[in-house]
Amino acid sequence: MKRIVIIGNGIAGITAARHIRKRSDHPITVISAESDHFFSRTALMYIYMGHMAYENTKPYEDAFWEKNRIELLREYVQRVDPEKRQLHLAGGRDLDYDILILATGSKSNRFGWPGQDLPGVQSLYSLQDLKLLEHNSRSLQRAVIIGGGLIGIELAEMLRSRRIDITFLVRETKWMDFAFPREEAEMIEDHIREHHIDLRMATELDRIEAGADGRVRSVVTKDGEEIPCQLVGLTVGVSPNIDFLAGSGIETQRGILVDDFLRTNYPEIYAAGDCAQIRNPQPGRRPIEPLWYTGRTMGETLARTICGQETAYDPGRWFNSAKFLDLEWQVYGQVPPLPGEGEETLFWQDEGGQKSLRIHSRKDDGVVLGFNLMGIRYRHELCEQWLAEGRTLRYVLENLGAANFDPEFYRQHEAALLEIYNRQYPGAPLRLKRRRGLRHFFQLRKAV
Amino acid sequence: MSEPSSSKISLLTWIRGSGFAAFVVGLSVFLASVTLSDYRITGDTLQELAENGVIKEEHREALFAELAPLEGTYYSSVRAFLADVDRKISETNEGLGDGSQIWEYDRGEYKQALARAAATGPVPDRTTLFFWLSLVLASVGAIVSFVPKIWQSTAGIKNDGVFFSSAKSRGFWGIALGVFLIGFYIALYFFPAYIVNWIRLGDPVSQALRGRPADRWFFYGMMYTVVLLVMAVRMAVHYRHNRYQLVRTASISFFQLGFAFLIPAVLESMNKPAYDFKNAWPLDYDFFFDWNINNLTSGGAFGWFILFWGIGLAVILVPLFSYFFGKRWYCSWVCGCGGLAETLGDPFRHLSDKRLKAWKVERWIIHSVLVFAVVMTGLVLINFFSGQSGEPLFGQATPKIRKAYGFLIGSIFAGVVGTGFYPFLGNRVWCRFGCPLAAILGLVQKIKSRFRITTNGGQCISCGNCSTYCEMGIDVRWYAQRGQNIIRSSCVGCGICAAVCPRGVLRLETGPEEGRYNEVSLVQLGQGRIDVV
Ligand SMILES: Cc1cc2nc3c(=O)[nH]c(=O)nc-3n(C[C@H](O)[C@H](O)[C@H](O)COP(=O)(O)OP(=O)(O)OC[C@H]3O[C@@H](n4cnc5c(N)ncnc54)[C@H](O)[C@@H]3O)c2cc1C
Ligand code: SF4
Repeated sequence: MKRIVIIGNGIAGITAARHIRKRSDHPITVISAESDHFFSRTALMYIYMGHMAYENTKPYEDAFWEKNRIELLREYVQRVDPEKRQLHLAGGRDLDYDILILATGSKSNRFGWPGQDLPGVQSLYSLQDLKLLEHNSRSLQRAVIIGGGLIGIELAEMLRSRRIDITFLVRETKWMDFAFPREEAEMIEDHIREHHIDLRMATELDRIEAGADGRVRSVVTKDGEEIPCQLVGLTVGVSPNIDFLAGSGIETQRGILVDDFLRTNYPEIYAAGDCAQIRNPQPGRRPIEPLWYTGRTMGETLARTICGQETAYDPGRWFNSAKFLDLEWQVYGQVPPLPGEGEETLFWQDEGGQKSLRIHSRKDDGVVLGFNLMGIRYRHELCEQWLAEGRTLRYVLENLGAANFDPEFYRQHEAALLEIYNRQYPGAPLRLKRRRGLRHFFQLRKAV
Repeated sequence: MSEPSSSKISLLTWIRGSGFAAFVVGLSVFLASVTLSDYRITGDTLQELAENGVIKEEHREALFAELAPLEGTYYSSVRAFLADVDRKISETNEGLGDGSQIWEYDRGEYKQALARAAATGPVPDRTTLFFWLSLVLASVGAIVSFVPKIWQSTAGIKNDGVFFSSAKSRGFWGIALGVFLIGFYIALYFFPAYIVNWIRLGDPVSQALRGRPADRWFFYGMMYTVVLLVMAVRMAVHYRHNRYQLVRTASISFFQLGFAFLIPAVLESMNKPAYDFKNAWPLDYDFFFDWNINNLTSGGAFGWFILFWGIGLAVILVPLFSYFFGKRWYCSWVCGCGGLAETLGDPFRHLSDKRLKAWKVERWIIHSVLVFAVVMTGLVLINFFSGQSGEPLFGQATPKIRKAYGFLIGSIFAGVVGTGFYPFLGNRVWCRFGCPLAAILGLVQKIKSRFRITTNGGQCISCGNCSTYCEMGIDVRWYAQRGQNIIRSSCVGCGICAAVCPRGVLRLETGPEEGRYNEVSLVQLGQGRIDVV
């Protein structure tokens, strides 16, 4: 029996705990300073918008933890002492461990702007941030959001749901230009503006000004424009939440450095989730990937290793999804903003700018590298299978109907993408082999 | 924000506001109309009653004689009036022989008929005017308050403020609505004599369709249809980006308006049995009752056709369609109970209980009701056939069982609790806990069906929207976050989980059974494809 202590009750820590329990009887304690129970951070926005109550964001009923003998501790860990294998808790207690898992997540970035600590300036990461936002929303008329990313757009949607006017300052000239090709970026920008959000691309924050009451009064951009507001949302990315480890002897850089087995420089201490920095990431992957999916996979990988089945962390093929206001986005595989050497891209977009399909492939052998979908849902397993099998663009296009995951009766646009392909390569025109339709309802055997 | 769009928005807001005001006025007129009468029995009243045939031959003379002294007495309260009538009926009974007593059922009907005939005042005098000022005004007003939303906001999932809303989250207005609905059902089922003015509001439509005044069931059917259609407009506006929801809402509306309301009314006007061709046993629990079978078998070819259709519907179509499409083909595409739940009930879907405990309770109750319905029908049928040649096998037991079922399940559970509790327990209380047909459909769906909700690989972020908005209280997320398909007997396939999911994780699908209960998933270790633990 080994006493396992996990710091952090987010997706990484909790997935580790659940899978360790499934595989073993080790006593498990999960510590968090943020909340009594695991909740879904990705659902924070929905609490503010009134789509859900906090209770609804908890993926497991409260009784689940006791039933599975996972002890929950609401405490802040001040210091880790790897030599004594001990944690020092803010409440004054010490806690011994045999195995320690660090799953402490992220903290919001701040880049030293003048005024960034004024009342009325805040980020969005934790439940406490949400509470603060609720407080800051009282008599709020105009907010400025700094930083065009996934959390920034969620904050914008949240505030719009309460009819608060928003100016959205984004440093990049194109929306999330590290992730999106130009067409998709423009779709998103248009979409944001349609929602009456004053989006300013290529605009940087210079400083935040205080009013007579000591609260934020306005922001000033690098161009010198002053925008009055009562709230500033700083959503300029996150970084690993590891300050409390300073001086502990655990090796860190931006995050907690871990090997392929998610082990730190102490063999009985592991790290997973947002706070972990992989020493040797797989090609094409970043050392820190602050994502729900990666935290989940790391948590399970760890559980295996700890329970005796040494398993290296494999993030798998890249996929992701998000929603920009009403616009859904899914990506499978690699779709860079610009096609690389010897790569090409096939793109279709509807007239209203609400939907698009993009398939990215290699020119010489036609192998498909990735799918990027706006406003259309695709089947993860099938895209994954095609990518794994190295299917060619021609094959994928002919069978594309099977990948569509939109609800029944939705218009299917795969044919339009084929048409574009056929116009580009009129030699041997392709025909869409599979479409969903009535016939599909009665089909008895699994195709492909 | 550009100027023209904001002035357009304020115009739309104004239109919606006027619609809402019209709705409130219509509703107020409706609510007030029930009390807007005085009651007086005159010679004309009795004449009318004698003609419309509600009072049975054998009671007529004795009852009229007892009532004669009340003639001309003026009541300003329906309670006082009914108390006197009730007393008079008891007195009539004393003079009647054992064989010709006025039993409870008839007593209720007589009181209702007397109240209706004796009512005086603006509603009886100007029924059509009140019909327009209440039901039509409220319906049009409500629709006007919904539709401009199309131009006011972008299409997409808009559940903003659901959990802050008093009406939708068990606040004051939610409780008020619940109390009103419960009161409405209690009055309708057990005290119809108190709402004769409302029932009368059905006259203009009833006269047009069937050439006779409305009775309480016609009035109920009309109200049900109107409310369902008006709220279907709201549903369509709300989910205008989602074609599955649009088609489904159209289907529900079609079946309610055509199959449940118009066709039976027209059949009645042709003196045929008023049959709802989509209402399948055992939801239609009295289909196999002796009086219904007698009624149908003596109704000529058409009666026999209905008998065969009803049997075929329950025995062949229900399981067959459920095999191909899942339970949803009935519960959220055709059924009237489901139809109201998906329209009037839509704003309350998040109130369903998601706890494991609720799931346990659900399985116990719904299967008990199924057993109750099957046993009852069995006994009634055995009695029916054995009664053809001699004493029925179970003697006089079945009327008691039938009465218990009709009261407990048919009225209290399906009506008072089923609809009245929308604002408290969500919109599918009846369908989830009570409906015996849903139980059968659910068994088919679970055991032998091509239907499943497919989970899209590893895309779930465990946000909980799907579970929150599941009206059947299914913890959809439990499955989705493990990458598992969702196959639950209670799932009615409304498709809202897939609609509200912000990551495109869920899809209602029918396909080959093979691999329906998927045991592999991409959630586990990225692409490792390892068994779900
Ligand atoms: C608003 C928002 C939306 C998001 N949406 C998405 C999305 O759509 N898709 C996606 O893939 N990702 C999304 N993310 C990112 C995703 O939520 C994170 O990657 C994920 O939650 C990280 O999980 P984790 O377990 O590593 O850490 P966390 O969830 O951050 O959990 C760490 C916990 O440890 C606690 N803790 C830290 N230090 C200590 C200490 N010393 N003592 C005690 N407790 C401590 C923290 O308080 C916290 O509760 C979103 C993030 C935010 C903020
Ligand atoms: S399936 Fe969709 S709605 Fe449900 S928890 Fe997962 S991401 Fe959220």
